Amino acid sequence: MTSAKPEHTLAVALRGIVKRFPGVTANDRANLEVRRGEIHALLGENGAGKTSLMNVLYGIYHPDEGEIWVKGRRVTIHSPHDAITLGIGMIHQQFRLVQTHTVLENVILGLRERFFFPEQSARPRILALAEKYGLKVDPDARIWQLSAGEQQRVEILKALYRGVEILIMDEPTSMLTPGEALELLHILRRMTAEGLTVIFITHKLEEVMEVSDRVTVMRAGKSIATLETAQTNVRELAQLMVGRDVLFRLEKKAVTPGAPVLKVENLNVVSDKGLPAVVNLSLEVRAGEILGIAGVSGNGQRELVEAIAGLRPVSGGKILFQGEDVTQTPPRMRIERGIGFVPGERWMALIPSMSVAENMILKNYARPPIGRKVFLDAEAVATHADTLIREYAISTPNRQTPIKRLSGGNIQRALLAREMTERPALLLVAQPTSGLDVGATETIWNLLLEERARGAAVLLISDDLKEAMALSDRLAVLFEGQIMGEFTAQTMDLEKIGLMMAGALRQPTAEPTAGEPA
Amino acid sequence: MPDFVAGLLENLLTILVTVVLAIPAAIRAGTPLLYGTLGEVYAERSGILNLGMEGMMIMGAVSGFAAAQTTGSAALGILTAALVGGLFALIHAFASITLRVNQVVSGLALTMLGLGISSLMGKQFVGQPLAARLQPLEIPVLSNLPIVGELFFQFDLMVYLSIVLVPVLWFFLYKTRLGITLRSVGENPAAADALGVDVTFVRYAAVVFGGMMAGIGGSYLSISYAPAWIEGMTAGAGWIVVALTIFAMWDPSRALLGAYLFGGVRVLQFRLQPLGISPNLLNMLPYLLTILVLWLSSDQAAKRRIGAPAALMTAYAREER
Amino acid sequence: MNLPSLRIEKRLSSPRWLPAASLTVGLLLALVTVAVIFATLGVDPLTAFQRIFRGGFGSFYGLQETVTKSIPLMLAGVGLTLAFRGRMYNIGAEGQFMIGAIFATGIVRLFPTWPGFLLLPAMFVGGFLGGALWASIPALLKTRFRVDETLTSLMLVYVAYEAVKFLVYGPWRGSDTRGFPITDEFPAAAHIPILPGTRVHYVTLLLAIAAAILVYLLLTRTKLGYEIRVTGENPEAARYAGMDYRKVALLVMLISGGLAGLAGMGEVAGIHFRLRPPEALSPGYGFTAIIVAWLARLNPLAAMLTAFLLGGLLVGGDAIQIALNLPAATVQIFNGVILLFVIASELFNQYRLRLER
Repeated sequence: MTSAKPEHTLAVALRGIVKRFPGVTANDRANLEVRRGEIHALLGENGAGKTSLMNVLYGIYHPDEGEIWVKGRRVTIHSPHDAITLGIGMIHQQFRLVQTHTVLENVILGLRERFFFPEQSARPRILALAEKYGLKVDPDARIWQLSAGEQQRVEILKALYRGVEILIMDEPTSMLTPGEALELLHILRRMTAEGLTVIFITHKLEEVMEVSDRVTVMRAGKSIATLETAQTNVRELAQLMVGRDVLFRLEKKAVTPGAPVLKVENLNVVSDKGLPAVVNLSLEVRAGEILGIAGVSGNGQRELVEAIAGLRPVSGGKILFQGEDVTQTPPRMRIERGIGFVPGERWMALIPSMSVAENMILKNYARPPIGRKVFLDAEAVATHADTLIREYAISTPNRQTPIKRLSGGNIQRALLAREMTERPALLLVAQPTSGLDVGATETIWNLLLEERARGAAVLLISDDLKEAMALSDRLAVLFEGQIMGEFTAQTMDLEKIGLMMAGALRQPTAEPTAGEPA
Repeated sequence: MPDFVAGLLENLLTILVTVVLAIPAAIRAGTPLLYGTLGEVYAERSGILNLGMEGMMIMGAVSGFAAAQTTGSAALGILTAALVGGLFALIHAFASITLRVNQVVSGLALTMLGLGISSLMGKQFVGQPLAARLQPLEIPVLSNLPIVGELFFQFDLMVYLSIVLVPVLWFFLYKTRLGITLRSVGENPAAADALGVDVTFVRYAAVVFGGMMAGIGGSYLSISYAPAWIEGMTAGAGWIVVALTIFAMWDPSRALLGAYLFGGVRVLQFRLQPLGISPNLLNMLPYLLTILVLWLSSDQAAKRRIGAPAALMTAYAREER
Repeated sequence: MNLPSLRIEKRLSSPRWLPAASLTVGLLLALVTVAVIFATLGVDPLTAFQRIFRGGFGSFYGLQETVTKSIPLMLAGVGLTLAFRGRMYNIGAEGQFMIGAIFATGIVRLFPTWPGFLLLPAMFVGGFLGGALWASIPALLKTRFRVDETLTSLMLVYVAYEAVKFLVYGPWRGSDTRGFPITDEFPAAAHIPILPGTRVHYVTLLLAIAAAILVYLLLTRTKLGYEIRVTGENPEAARYAGMDYRKVALLVMLISGGLAGLAGMGEVAGIHFRLRPPEALSPGYGFTAIIVAWLARLNPLAAMLTAFLLGGLLVGGDAIQIALNLPAATVQIFNGVILLFVIASELFNQYRLRLER
């Protein structure tokens, strides 16, 4: 079927792609060549320009310079619609599914199906495709009823139904359990066996090694190298990706944990949808230790920290802070008593349009020296902001700059600075480095370790297993709102953790164990 | 005893007859609301809140009357009203979809604009009776039935059209390709966009359709209901329509119920007046009922976890970082 | 697919002069648009504009009328800057105005014999409380039951209109009004003092200016103001910081409603000296106040200026109404068009338009 001519063996060629955004160059003369029928990994740090480059190929972004070749022909792609016509499909990290639609309705969306009852006329072909590639999913279920893995299968079905020949997947395993990720790999293999091409965006080195035939490494908007996966190794890829040795300078000093600061007993919390999100959960965090919570996102992490911060009502159980029951304490009181919170969703804790200075007083505006009886002390506000900017090396033109103008790393640093300067006894941190580059990640990690050294109890939620394992003194695995097991820094076992994240393994004693001294 | 029972029965019968006799009037009074609500349901399903319905209805009322009066054709009047309503909605669409301005303020501005232009435009028509009256539609057999025919089959075309539109628009929304597309744009524009759906176009189309429906609803007031042009004759109907959309939970089939409920209240206003209740207090009823309905549907929506279209009131832009 | 398309992209930096420039251009375009509408409807725009300007600003009489009309606009408009900053879409200031007028009248009826130094303050307090009470209904529905305040506050305008009508046609109709639906004239003690030779009830004007300054200080200098701004900009962050959303929402509604109520009190006690039907009391002050607030970019100090401008527009509107025999609602065309162009021009401070391909 495929012609043997050399230029026809390339499914996609991107040449000299430049994409600028106000203030940043996302792609700086990036190149990419993808062969037909291969799984091609696009590897790079956050912000390296991988997703941006693929958005160019998919017609979401319009390149400022450069050429796009698809199946040996030079093309201009104005919109996703053009891309689809060319046989290109893309599955974004955040699924683009209509939650209230059924699976079938999602699959046929945007296509010229029969006008009346379009999903019914499409049903046989969709079911046949699902059968052929092993995509198990109920065609009449509504999306919100499906798990992340099932939703991803709907996305793949959507692409296949459109006769996709080149499928782009952006960080496809980030929402999956290790087991689901394995299943995805099988599906992808079946697809390439049928002659399809897969471009796989990732920042996980192991995944590249496991899945791909070839890999292109990107850094700072440029493509650095394209290699045969079989002829490279994790170490080489890591160096190419980061541009230097990846070993973090983590100064993880030994700290002897002190008294328990946070005790959660049989906690039950309900999600926005009214379903149980945290189920009979108990845990304990002591002063000077980091308790990591690993797990696939959406397993109750958000509800857990929000309940501890007082932002979500508790339907059962107790939260003890420094020995006192704070289950019913309003959020303001918890802040005043020393609970700091860096949420995973940053903009929940910042006001984008307000200045850095005004964002820095969000937690202490009500008390001296910032807040007097009625008025705010403008001078104290300024001093406070300047101190934080200096001490935490926040890069900003000045304290009056709207915080949304700062880079992602600096926004996160400012947020952490605000929470840490309160010297909280308990610091709740969720996804502290998501979306940050290596340098920023390193700074944030070291800041968290400083907190631990100061004697704060840190509860760390992270989807990034690497991060959770690197920072935690103890690591608990969360699945469907329950703790499946707990490890110390010495007993952490990647395989067991993976099984627990998938809900396939549970420690016999799910009782919270006090952490041994690290 | 038998006397008492007879008296009771007679009273019940009187009430029943009164209610039944009031139904046609309630349907008439509810018809402009029905048109408007159906239009707003579609606009909001696409993700755009149109608070300018009042302006579009009043523009429909005045332009419909003007066209009908000058051409002598009620049909041309209604058509003009639809066009003018759609044109007005186009402004809202441009402001809220292309320019992405605050949808509440834009809608408010269009209501002011509509009230202003309509008063100026309609000045020459004040006090004129409409020459081109819309005649009741003769439906074979049904219209000639005794009592029932007189009660329920003596409406004009616009009433029947609005009733027919309810199942048609319901079916279109849930069972057709374009309906699925429309709902997806209101729920998750990014998803629809990624599949090549022209989000901007769909939203423009839905908002303009909503405006056309508002225009037709307004023209029903001036061409059929009154039939005359009275300055400010919509009297808040456009706002009630927005409330009814929430009450209808964005479902065309429920719009019918809400519109006639409000029509019924309108009729009640007139029926209660002879009892000596102040007309001013009675005039408060539809507005108080609107608040009550909003209260109840917000409560109900919270309980049943049925919400507005997820992307309602959020402008969509693809290339934003 | 390859048609040129209008694209909107974010500005990286905006020069200092930009907001003023875009607003000016916006207002000019608004005038052009109004001119086109007028011309289409058979009104000569040049004559109309001239009459409006001369009517509102061109003579001593016009200027003092403009100041007079700017008083209620300033009070209600300042209140709305606060409400909108706190993200409460109170579009029912007109109704709160009416209830303020009713309450002030009620106090006169309750204590007709009180001396002025007692009666007037009592009426001011009453007017404020009346407006605040009316605004508390949508506020409570919003904070307790999550009912959208936009529609409820607006519906209450109609209810308030009917309430005023009910009173002046019914129980409060005066004994000596020759059948007109108005109350008896207030006793002299209930008249707000007026600048000689004008209709400017200056006590209310001073109150309005004080309100603008106080609201400005509240927003920029106080802890509560900070809470209001945070809540308005990002309700989620306010919750996260432990701020009491209900307190903020209720407070901004009560204050904005109260100020609108004060405006209503000022009209009955400073202009009409009696309660009259709603259309006689207000040419839509409560709605025009929305434009006052937006045109001022939600800055209460700037609202003083925009209230003056829109006051002039109202006076000019009266002038063309009489001179050119136009309906009263004609001025709404200005309101609508100006509001549209103001919000559109705001956009250009953050974004720029680009024509693509």
